[in-house]
Amino acid sequence: MLEGDEGPAVAKSMELLLALGEVFGAEKLVPVESAHISGVSYKNLSEAGLEFLEEQAGLGAHARVTATLNPAGMDLERWRDMGVPEAFAEKQLRIIGAFKRIGVEPTCTCTPYLVGHIPRPGDQVAWAESSAVAYSNSVLGAKTNRESGPTTLASAVTGRAALYGYRLEENRLPGEVVEVETELHTRLDYSALGFLTGKLLGPTVPYFKWIKSPDLESLKALGAACATSGGIALYHIEGVTPESRHIPTEALRRLERISIEGVDLAETKSRLSSEVEDPVFCLGCPHCSLGELREVAGLLRRKRLRRRFWVFTSRGVYGEADGLGYVAAIERAGGRVFRDTCMVVAPLREMGWRSVATNSCKAAHYASSMGFGTRLGTAAELVREAVQ
Amino acid sequence: MRLRGRRVVGGRAVGEALVSVDPFSFYGGVNPETGVVTEPGHAVEGECITGKVFVFPTGKGSTVGSYVIYRMKKLGTAPAAIINVETEAIIVTGCVLAEIPLIDKLEGDPLETLKTGTLLKVNADEGFIETANS
Repeated sequence: MLEGDEGPAVAKSMELLLALGEVFGAEKLVPVESAHISGVSYKNLSEAGLEFLEEQAGLGAHARVTATLNPAGMDLERWRDMGVPEAFAEKQLRIIGAFKRIGVEPTCTCTPYLVGHIPRPGDQVAWAESSAVAYSNSVLGAKTNRESGPTTLASAVTGRAALYGYRLEENRLPGEVVEVETELHTRLDYSALGFLTGKLLGPTVPYFKWIKSPDLESLKALGAACATSGGIALYHIEGVTPESRHIPTEALRRLERISIEGVDLAETKSRLSSEVEDPVFCLGCPHCSLGELREVAGLLRRKRLRRRFWVFTSRGVYGEADGLGYVAAIERAGGRVFRDTCMVVAPLREMGWRSVATNSCKAAHYASSMGFGTRLGTAAELVREAVQ
Repeated sequence: MRLRGRRVVGGRAVGEALVSVDPFSFYGGVNPETGVVTEPGHAVEGECITGKVFVFPTGKGSTVGSYVIYRMKKLGTAPAAIINVETEAIIVTGCVLAEIPLIDKLEGDPLETLKTGTLLKVNADEGFIETANS
């Protein structure tokens, strides 16, 4: 492949994977089962990325393993409703077109594991999108590093990745124990726990103790926040995540421990939150699951929203939710459900936004670092506020 | 003077050294159309990296930076070569895509031994650099 016998795009991809392998001390490349590719929104990619992707498509780059796509900067059909400028939309659609020509499924979601892209435990995969990486490694037990747009594209095109980091068993062992000394009641509690853990520990492998039977959505929120503040790619929860069962007690005993209490979570939330004027209320970072859309629809029953209230999800989950009447229920109350995008990668400034209220520490972190006023609350609190 | 290092991306180039003591982000850190460093407060803010042998500790920031390196190459505003103290994935990826020679882990500390304005010959294929008058 490196010699160009399979075309220039494959040769370039091999060169990239080998160079990275050398820098990180990989002994070899290994086959990967799938890729999840980030770097999709025109807001981040700009002309640089658009040109690169169109050139790769023109050179005949083609995915040889299952490859899915991260969110774009807009709902690919209802972007006008979102207030996305025409010039942005035109570039965004060209990016999606290039990915389609490369054979990447335009799933446009940060939760590929909710739309059928589900690696098996132990599978080597090449995933970007930090929250999906955390979910794939921790909850599904598949193996990936925190990849980037170009490296996941190279892995999709070659079906290979360099063997280093979290692909090796020895690097998947916990680095520090986190004693969670408080009950976690809401998704926002999980998000705050993740955010604080990442801030305190940085890019290590935390081993959480005393978290009881979290649901999928809580794990999704925990991992997304861990990755945002600490670059964490893998976490274990005692008795919950698949690899936690195989960690010898002896190995845990040697580790440093921190404990996190309710008051720490409250402080984490308040640091990410301020009083803001007329925010847009946003749910769906990471993208809402079917269960979350059902909950929002339930919260909005017989209510009338007086503020802009937007819910982000994947096209796949939207289809199911639409069939079950959840989308209609949310929109009847005055909310909007958009697909393919979210508040982190949409061009909020050009859309005229000034501030955001959300239930996600990840979204709050990015919104405030982009200069938007930000308020945090649980989904139920946000609904209560938005109907007043 | 000849200094040996690690070949990361092969190639040869000659250019004036531009030495930054700060890590560098190509995404948001430079105007790709002019090659001028724009990050406020950065050690080489206002300098043009086009055609230079750009020396800095390591990459930082968004992974989209790799695409910016590639775009600068196409626009003719890219550095001639990059020398890092210890490189990382964003810079490696950008240099592979753009075919820019990249060396790291030089003998000694390049931020000390290399001076802005010195003419350097970079032979990344064989993993060394030379000051042109040696």
